[in-house]
Amino acid sequence: MPTRLDTSKTFKLFVNGAFPRSESGRTMLVSTPKGEPIAHVAKASRKDLREAVEAARAALPKWAEETTAYNRAQILYRIAEMMEGKRAELADAIASVGPDLSGTTAPRASKAGAKKQATLTPDAEVELAIDRVVHFAGWADKHAQVLGCCNPVAGPFYTFTSPEPVGVVAVVSPRSPSLLALVSLMTPALAAANTCVALASEHNPLIGALLGEVLATSDVPPGVVNILTCDHAELVQIIASHRDIDGVHGAGLSPQHAAILHAGAAENVKRVTIQTPAPDWTNAAQCENPGWLEPLVEFKTIWHPASS
Amino acid sequence: MTTLRKGGTFNLAPAPESIKVEIKPRYGHFISGEFVEPRKASRSKSSAAPDYFTTLNPATERPLAEIAHARPADVDAAVAAARAAQPLWAALPAKERAKHLFRIARRIQERARELAILETMDCGKPIKESRDVDLPLVAAHFFYHAGWADKLQYAFPGRTPRPIGVCAQIIPWNFPLMMAAWKIAPALACGNTVVLKPAETTPLTALRLAEIFAEVGLPKGVVNIITGDGTTGASLVAHPGVDKVAFTGSTEVGKRIARTLADEVASGTRPSPKRLTLELGGKSPHIIFEDASIDQAVEGIIGGIFFNQGEVCCAGSRLFVQESILPEVIAKLEHRMASLRVGDPLDKNTDVGAINSAQQLERIQHYIALGESEGARLHQPITSWNKPSKGHWCAPCFFSGVQPSHTIAREEIFGPVLSVLSFRTPEEAITRANNTPYGLSAGIWTDKGSKVFEIARKLKAGVVWCNTFNKFDPASPFGGFKESGFGREGGMHGLRGYVELTQ
Repeated sequence: MPTRLDTSKTFKLFVNGAFPRSESGRTMLVSTPKGEPIAHVAKASRKDLREAVEAARAALPKWAEETTAYNRAQILYRIAEMMEGKRAELADAIASVGPDLSGTTAPRASKAGAKKQATLTPDAEVELAIDRVVHFAGWADKHAQVLGCCNPVAGPFYTFTSPEPVGVVAVVSPRSPSLLALVSLMTPALAAANTCVALASEHNPLIGALLGEVLATSDVPPGVVNILTCDHAELVQIIASHRDIDGVHGAGLSPQHAAILHAGAAENVKRVTIQTPAPDWTNAAQCENPGWLEPLVEFKTIWHPASS
Repeated sequence: MTTLRKGGTFNLAPAPESIKVEIKPRYGHFISGEFVEPRKASRSKSSAAPDYFTTLNPATERPLAEIAHARPADVDAAVAAARAAQPLWAALPAKERAKHLFRIARRIQERARELAILETMDCGKPIKESRDVDLPLVAAHFFYHAGWADKLQYAFPGRTPRPIGVCAQIIPWNFPLMMAAWKIAPALACGNTVVLKPAETTPLTALRLAEIFAEVGLPKGVVNIITGDGTTGASLVAHPGVDKVAFTGSTEVGKRIARTLADEVASGTRPSPKRLTLELGGKSPHIIFEDASIDQAVEGIIGGIFFNQGEVCCAGSRLFVQESILPEVIAKLEHRMASLRVGDPLDKNTDVGAINSAQQLERIQHYIALGESEGARLHQPITSWNKPSKGHWCAPCFFSGVQPSHTIAREEIFGPVLSVLSFRTPEEAITRANNTPYGLSAGIWTDKGSKVFEIARKLKAGVVWCNTFNKFDPASPFGGFKESGFGREGGMHGLRGYVELTQ
């Protein structure tokens, strides 16, 4: 009986709304826990990273200034819609690569959290990730009201403080959970009107590539999110020293990578937020609150006379 | 100053909205997730009130559908359905409530054209407005409030927000679907359930919204919609199974509702009154200073009073013009108004549609007659327009030489009639602007920023539009001072009316 050969997917980078291969031509092999090859994904180089940052920078004015908060919220909600459509494929990608057994994943917040994450099924992870995107979509047109305010100064002035995006944010995903952590780190940045360059999980780069496919069909303007599958050791130093990255958002990274990224704050006063240890990603109270947007905004205070 | 050429509009070819919208011949009440026939009148009572009444298209006076009239038994059933559904709705994880509301928003977006056409047919407002203003805001209200459902604790730091329970919501005929959205979205986001009574003359879009709720799988009983007249509303407000009343409509009826709720306490029925929010009438001042961008201001003034035929609670119906620019403003108003198109609301070129009912048209005409008899000068710049033989029509007009004591300067007309007064100093403008029992909105036109904020601080109005007017957004709290009501709708502050707060 002839069996049908499937058309196996080529996994590429997602930069500026398109799917290029790495300019270096390099790839990384992703295998099953038994060592069976699944795919070769593009291995981003320093140049890819720099181009991604340029794309993110170029996309910033349209995303942050010309797009209304409502429209951003709708686009983020559409990301959730597209993820829902790709549920099976995302769960399959998580399942086929299997859990991270390298032991190099950074320590968790609590034993209970660690246990819960260890027993997180691929389907459950995808559901949590979709709901997490829905949650942060709903912040895009609200965080200004919760984080901003009117200041009662002692004079005839109307003064208010409102949050603006820090700008281009580098998102650094831990090894695991590859999908849930990446959306948990990335979506608050987008809800706050930043643009992103994300380093996908090293343990499961397939997820990074698939998320790129989700974004490409979600009405996200090109360059607003860029996802690089890569060897983190090569690229964290570039992020740290890059002078056109405004913020860094990561969690559950190795102490070495965290240290390198923190040093980036000294380079051009980047706003660096790396949660160590990582939160319990399955815990909504920990992972779904305006505290996730706050480090990714700048507060602008405006004064105007209220007396002529 | 350049001389303005009077009159003369371009003759545009008719551009009727051509999509046909299906309307059933008869609608029942939407209770517990399905449409049900009204309960029969009890035999002991005479059959004075019929089971159904008719809703008309005010532009053609043709009947659109038969609408059920809710009697106390129907009100009972609706409230009971809301009561039964409330604990289940509140017990859902907040995020699931959010996702229900997001679904509703998305479905409204998809059916927006159909809803806009239906709104125009039932209400009389131009398709340009229902399509480009009302419907986008309707979808946006559901979308915005969907996102609050799982974030309420951040709107009330340090407090624990809980649902109130069953909310009775009574809405007017001027923005039928938009008012339904303003009421239902926050109520549901905060874990409440709803019994909504749309206005007698405009039930169709609320009933279509009910179809959408059923279509997207909103749990039964979370929103119930009963149709009827003022007696239905009164039954609903007084129903013991209701925990909160939200009303948008006239100040007169709002006061009656407040009295009903107070009587329930006085008679010992309840220890404290039902929660209440009111959004009532207005006679909003629109102030134009000599240092305003006059052309922009005139555009804003026109929109402020003739948008939706002036049938707007926050309409800028009292124009205060600084004396030095009075002749120029009057000339520009006349010039601009001459090109307003009054006519078939379904025509995409129409600016001003039909007045909602014969009763409302009579009211407006009564005030126009009063304005003249009390000594103000009537300007009717729209000279040539084809008034259809059927339908309720009032061409936009304004009065100059209006004094603060004139009836048309004090009472809400709710039609396309602007009263123009003048002032010399800013202090005079402020005093005259505030000289009203109302306090819903106000408009200020001046290019000087410090004057904007100084005047805004001194006006007793819940919404102050500066160098703009009639701007609405689900993220922006809307509501009045004084007899224009209390409570806010929209924004973080709008949630307060739909939660109980405890420590």
